[in-house]
Amino acid sequence: MSVWDAFAEMDALRRELDRRFSESWPRYRRAPRVAFLPGRGARQYPLVNLSEDEQNVYVEALAPGVDPKSLDLSVMQGALTIKGEKPGLAQVSAEAYHRNERAAGRFVRTVDLPVEVDAGRVSADYRNGLLLVTLPKSEAARPRQVPISVR
Amino acid sequence: MAEKTVPSVQEDWAPGRREETREHDRYITPPVDIFETKDGLTVVADLPGVEQKGLDVRVADGILTLQGRTAHLAPGTPIEREYELLHFYRQFELPEEVDAEKIAAELKHGVLTLRLPKKEKAKPRKIEVSVS
Repeated sequence: MSVWDAFAEMDALRRELDRRFSESWPRYRRAPRVAFLPGRGARQYPLVNLSEDEQNVYVEALAPGVDPKSLDLSVMQGALTIKGEKPGLAQVSAEAYHRNERAAGRFVRTVDLPVEVDAGRVSADYRNGLLLVTLPKSEAARPRQVPISVR
Repeated sequence: MAEKTVPSVQEDWAPGRREETREHDRYITPPVDIFETKDGLTVVADLPGVEQKGLDVRVADGILTLQGRTAHLAPGTPIEREYELLHFYRQFELPEEVDAEKIAAELKHGVLTLRLPKKEKAKPRKIEVSVS
């Protein structure tokens, strides 16, 4: 017998909504976003793509021109926090600009991870302006083959 | 430094489109900074996911074309996607005083920096005045 648990119900509702929203993505296909204009508005930066396989969860962040030394990643309570700084162009006076579309500045973003991860073995790779964080799933979150005995 | 708009009709402009061609790939315009110094112009473009071999920068008929092809496959099956890594394409009309022979390009951390020096005669020259 299970007892009705309001929190479990809310959690289930949230997941259901998340699922519905993420499902509707390909149907209501927006213009592709490569917008990374921090400081141009309160938009999330960097944009991230989440993927997974049996062993790992991958978080890929679109962050060109970020100083790799300024990047700071931390995993806590099922969430990955990415901090860093995209340095601006030094010593360019405002009158010298013909176009100024690339914004710069410090950023912080927290991404909720779908499963429990082993925080001790997280690795990250910054290449060509893309940050790929590999988060190994914890033992409990990995799929396990159940042997079936045939009689 | 005026931008060369590739499709002459601007109305149904969407960042994912270049122009109607038989090419199936989709393109977006990368954000750029352009600023002027006394020696020339500097163009800085964000091209995440573009490697050196996928980058094509050329000048023809006074038009600078930036084309970056992203070759990239994220591991695993996608859970959530906030962006698509498409190819980049953008054109600019260069002013006449740019010396196309001396353009220098550098790609670092997904950011392309182009230095377009001015021709010698276009640079301001200080004329020494001798007092006799």
